[in-house]
Amino acid sequence: MSQRKKKERDFHNLSTPMNITFNLIAGIFAILCVFPFLFVVIISLTDEGTLAKNGYRLIPEQWSLGAYRYVFEMGDTLLRSYGVTIFVTVVGTIISLLFMSFYAYAISRKSFRYRNFFSFFAFFTMLFNGGLVPTYIIVTQFMGLKDTIWALILPLAVNAFYIMILRTFYATSVPEAIIESGKIDGAGEFRIFIKLVPPLSLPGLATIGLFSTLGYWNDWFNALLYIDNPNLVPLQSMLMRIETSLQFILQNAQNSSLGLEAMRSIPQDTSRMAMVVLATLPIIFAYPFFQRYFIQGLTIGAVKE
Amino acid sequence: MKMVGEFFRNIFKNRMMLLMVLPGALWFLFFSYLPMLGTVIAFKEYRFDRDGFWASIVNSKWVGWQNFKFLFSTNDAFIITRNTLLYNIVFIFLGLVFSVLLAVILSEITNKRLSKIYQTGMFLPYFLSWVIVGYFTFSFLSSDRGLLNGLFNSLGIPPVQWYSESKYWPLILVLVYLWKAVGYNSVVYLASIMGIDRSLYEAAMIDGASKIQQIRAITLPLLKPIITIMTLLAIGKIFYADFGLFYQVPRNSGTLYGVTNVIDTYVYRGLKTTGEIGMSAAAGLYQSVVGFTLVMASNYIVRKYDKDNALF
Repeated sequence: MSQRKKKERDFHNLSTPMNITFNLIAGIFAILCVFPFLFVVIISLTDEGTLAKNGYRLIPEQWSLGAYRYVFEMGDTLLRSYGVTIFVTVVGTIISLLFMSFYAYAISRKSFRYRNFFSFFAFFTMLFNGGLVPTYIIVTQFMGLKDTIWALILPLAVNAFYIMILRTFYATSVPEAIIESGKIDGAGEFRIFIKLVPPLSLPGLATIGLFSTLGYWNDWFNALLYIDNPNLVPLQSMLMRIETSLQFILQNAQNSSLGLEAMRSIPQDTSRMAMVVLATLPIIFAYPFFQRYFIQGLTIGAVKE
Repeated sequence: MKMVGEFFRNIFKNRMMLLMVLPGALWFLFFSYLPMLGTVIAFKEYRFDRDGFWASIVNSKWVGWQNFKFLFSTNDAFIITRNTLLYNIVFIFLGLVFSVLLAVILSEITNKRLSKIYQTGMFLPYFLSWVIVGYFTFSFLSSDRGLLNGLFNSLGIPPVQWYSESKYWPLILVLVYLWKAVGYNSVVYLASIMGIDRSLYEAAMIDGASKIQQIRAITLPLLKPIITIMTLLAIGKIFYADFGLFYQVPRNSGTLYGVTNVIDTYVYRGLKTTGEIGMSAAAGLYQSVVGFTLVMASNYIVRKYDKDNALF
């Protein structure tokens, strides 16, 4: 019986040599995608002395946990940056979900008189933007956000594309009839939104929430633009800064004895790679569980009203 | 008078909804529309005034098209436009070929569990920031410790100073881009392959079509709409480069600017490093205007081709 079933499946599917080829291609590409991360993990577990002698190797001569010990002893910067990133990610995601879901819900409702105007108001920003220089000048000189935590949160809070996805989602998954019945029961618009809408649109909200979370966690650009205060440097940006200051010191090392002194305060190669690993680990553990939402995001975005 | 009354009655009637759009609308006002007005900076010699933002804008000297003249009289304008366009064209083309190929391969693999595992692996780069990817690249290309030079050393090939030899960078940037983008895009294409009616394949099999014939006659033609749309959307954005790729991966190395400088990095450096605010604003406006034209044009083409999939 099982013999026959197997034969049947073979008939319907790929021939064995082709199946093997396909598996090889997909498998090799998948390994290539993961390999750099594994390699950085290996470097971070290499003994610093061996590294200076042999360079980065796939199988180090001597393993060591020294880098991680160093990172945890010098923990201040890393911990602070972790704190900044977590705060920005949590607060940012909440704010952006509130702003965007309110906006999207309102423009999805046919009873809203100004829905076309506000749809266009959001949509036009996808077509044209003022560019970096005016944005920078307005954020720093008009809003005065330079070197505040809000410079890391607000610029990413709203995204017209996500609003369009959410609007489509509300328009298709929240039937007008439910809202009408809520109204007949005497609930106001806001109450309806709070009580009835979230359960119906949870998958859409989850998708957008995850895109937001990822955006905040991985953001370094806003810190590059707006943050000088070392206490407000998020994780990704901290990793960048170590690199830049290292290059600066290397260039000036010959000129001064100060260079050598400063050199010691900068984490060594292994420790920097350990920080990269520690900054990436949460994502590595989380994303396999959430990946379907990221695929879903594109498929619901493709559906138009 | 009556109309005014009507207007306020309508506002009152829609007050709840208006309240709901308020935070988002304010955000768009401050982060999108004010910067659009701020593009006048491109026509000014911008000086920061102590009386604040409005005073700075008003008091800065009006210079007309001078910033643009300066920009286009240098070689930079040509280099950044060329780099932005060429890289994006290569990215769009190779990205499409590899993503679709991989999606077809993933969809045909017999063992669905294995296929899921491959997908999870390929998806990883999408979730990493360019800073992290920059570190990854460095672990391969570092001139004294990197994996590649180590390999060269053991093969007796002289080591390469990767971060100062610009001739390798077009290839490196394309490879890094593909590494980061192909997995994610192929999973998106895979989702639409999975949406294809299975009975089409069964019918083809009864007619004795081979797997390759099925792919050519069913899968690819049915993917054509989404391929067209994704490509046209990408063409609409062809004037915008991925800042992270061109800034983080080459580690901002000055000797590489000839092949790594794109419009976005040029604007950034003008603003933050060299302080040529007027010229940098001019480059930004040039990007926005051409970008806008391209989005409109590509959308017009999508509309003609397939109305349902047009952006607007």
